[in-house]
Amino acid sequence: MKDLNLYWKKNLKIMAVLLSIWFFVSYFCGIIIVDVLNKIMIGGFPLGFWFAQQGSMFVFVALIFVYCNLMEKLDKEFDVDE
Amino acid sequence: MSDIFGWTILWVGLSFGLYIYIAWRSRVSDAASFYIAGKGVPPIANGMATAADWMSAVSFIGLAGLVSFTGYWSSSLLMGWTGGYVLLALLLAPYLRKFGKFTVPDFIGDRYYSDTARLVAAACTVFISFTYICGQMRGVGIVFSRFLHVELATGVVIGMIIVFFYAGLGGMKGITYTQVAQYCVLITAYVVPAIAISMVITGNPIPQLGFGSEIVQEGIYKGQYVLQALDNIALDLGMKEYTATFGAGASSKLNILLICFTMMCGTAGLPHVIIRFFTTPTVRDARKSAGWALLFIAILYTTCPAVAAFARFNMVNTINDKSFEAAPSWFKNWEDPGLIVWVDKNNDGIIQYRNGKVFAGKPVLKPKSELGKYGERQVSNKLTDSPNELYMDRDIMVLANPEIGGLPAWVIGLVAAGGLAAALSTAAGLLLAIGSSISHDLYFRVINKEASEQKRLLVARVVIGISVVCAGWFGIHPPGFVTQVVAWAFGMAAASFFPVIILGIFTTSTTKEGAVAGMATGMIFTAAYIINTTYLGGTTWFFGINTMGIGAIGLILNFTVAITVSRFTAPPPQEIQDMVQSVRVPRGAGAAVQIHT
Repeated sequence: MKDLNLYWKKNLKIMAVLLSIWFFVSYFCGIIIVDVLNKIMIGGFPLGFWFAQQGSMFVFVALIFVYCNLMEKLDKEFDVDE
Repeated sequence: MSDIFGWTILWVGLSFGLYIYIAWRSRVSDAASFYIAGKGVPPIANGMATAADWMSAVSFIGLAGLVSFTGYWSSSLLMGWTGGYVLLALLLAPYLRKFGKFTVPDFIGDRYYSDTARLVAAACTVFISFTYICGQMRGVGIVFSRFLHVELATGVVIGMIIVFFYAGLGGMKGITYTQVAQYCVLITAYVVPAIAISMVITGNPIPQLGFGSEIVQEGIYKGQYVLQALDNIALDLGMKEYTATFGAGASSKLNILLICFTMMCGTAGLPHVIIRFFTTPTVRDARKSAGWALLFIAILYTTCPAVAAFARFNMVNTINDKSFEAAPSWFKNWEDPGLIVWVDKNNDGIIQYRNGKVFAGKPVLKPKSELGKYGERQVSNKLTDSPNELYMDRDIMVLANPEIGGLPAWVIGLVAAGGLAAALSTAAGLLLAIGSSISHDLYFRVINKEASEQKRLLVARVVIGISVVCAGWFGIHPPGFVTQVVAWAFGMAAASFFPVIILGIFTTSTTKEGAVAGMATGMIFTAAYIINTTYLGGTTWFFGINTMGIGAIGLILNFTVAITVSRFTAPPPQEIQDMVQSVRVPRGAGAAVQIHT
């Protein structure tokens, strides 16, 4: 095992980045600026409404799988994998 | 109708047979299998089981209806109930799995080196799970009574027996594999009608895309986008546009933000969801399980707004401004259970669906001998001045959707099996959370520390038995709090568990005094606010925040109090700080398991 403090810091950094995206798609695009985004139409979807009812959920799923991959790499790098 | 009835019986019978068979095959006799399935569940199976555990009768039957009638507002729940899994995966699941015990109170009790904290956590688990389960048993009863024409009470009793059989017999192992089967049943029952209806209305077989496509079905809305047509329909009927965003009260921007946040943290703090991540072989699998779980949940949750839109479109199009006598047969079928009521206010024999309530409260049907002029069921409720003549229960949007869309009988029959799968799987997961909390956290860890494994299993099974009976009783005679399940369960989970678990993992300095004070503050504040506004007629005095969003404030209070109190109390002992450090590293998860016998 290598420097566990550094491992933890890198872990927190991955979390912070992913949670910012999580916040951005749901709270920011889906709620805070929804009215602005609704002026943009993608096909039959007002963009803000789409983020609120579908888009953010797709992003959530992707975020978790990205997290799994990044953490698996990090675990190996620091020799703490199982 | 008889065709539909036959198919319903067939699907329900087959699915029940399958659940019982699986339960019998996976019956267990040791504590680790009973509480956490012996930590042997692969991530995809665990993901499916978690999804079935998570998606309740409300998700299956009620959510699309809610979306249909509230439009944009419902996004706070759609995002909240899915976004919580991101928090679970990133902040809780891997660390709790590494910690490697049986229950949530286990973690809280050990991390905060305190039996008081353990007891508070166990009490919260039981309260949250119990509130939730009463709603599930009622859901079982409703599906039985609507599709199989038995009394609600009989339906609840059948559900009780089945759930007790497989949760009591197989524990976590039994319910996990049953839930995998239940997920398959419920997702098929949800998605198949959705695809069929999407094809009919938009020609697109993927409902998620059909939702944003042009309407190809013949009629005045042909060529418009689905959402555009719904906006136009709503305006024509004197309602707010379907995609309209904020309004007053519960739909203010602040409330939507807080409701979404409460649902997310509540989801991540629900004990029956958290314990699923104790069942995986490794920490890596715990992270992956959360991903699979959310993927499987998202299949239903992204289909849901599409179903809601199509159902609303179909519903209004098929019956609004049409004469009652020419109404399709499903309309009359759903009159008897009181899910649709038409009151001919202007005596023209035509169904007018408009803005506003038809009458006050839930419909009180007059007996079948007192039918109206056109053969419609009458109600004794006091009518309002609104020109609206049509009352529709929200649940109708999923229950009657396949019939409204004119789908074949075998598809319509699936819906009942799906609704039952959703209700039973959630009920079983909750029962297990209650059973393990009482038998493990309370009985074994506090009352009788010498109890043998057999004795603990016996206690767990007895507790599950008692809980089933209580839940069944409350399912038949619902107390007021069951209708407030969402506010209670999520608000309490967000305000009590979520902050102390996060602090327990991400800080080494939070003390037992801090945790207990934080949990107590969060819980008492949230409970008092909900009780005051819901039952004592109090106002939403705190910035107009409604009961569903108040958990977010309780959560902030909990964090603040826990951190502040920790500063002024003696720091946690060294071995606890070491434990927190070890929880943060995946390696050694297998070895961390301690099964006390």
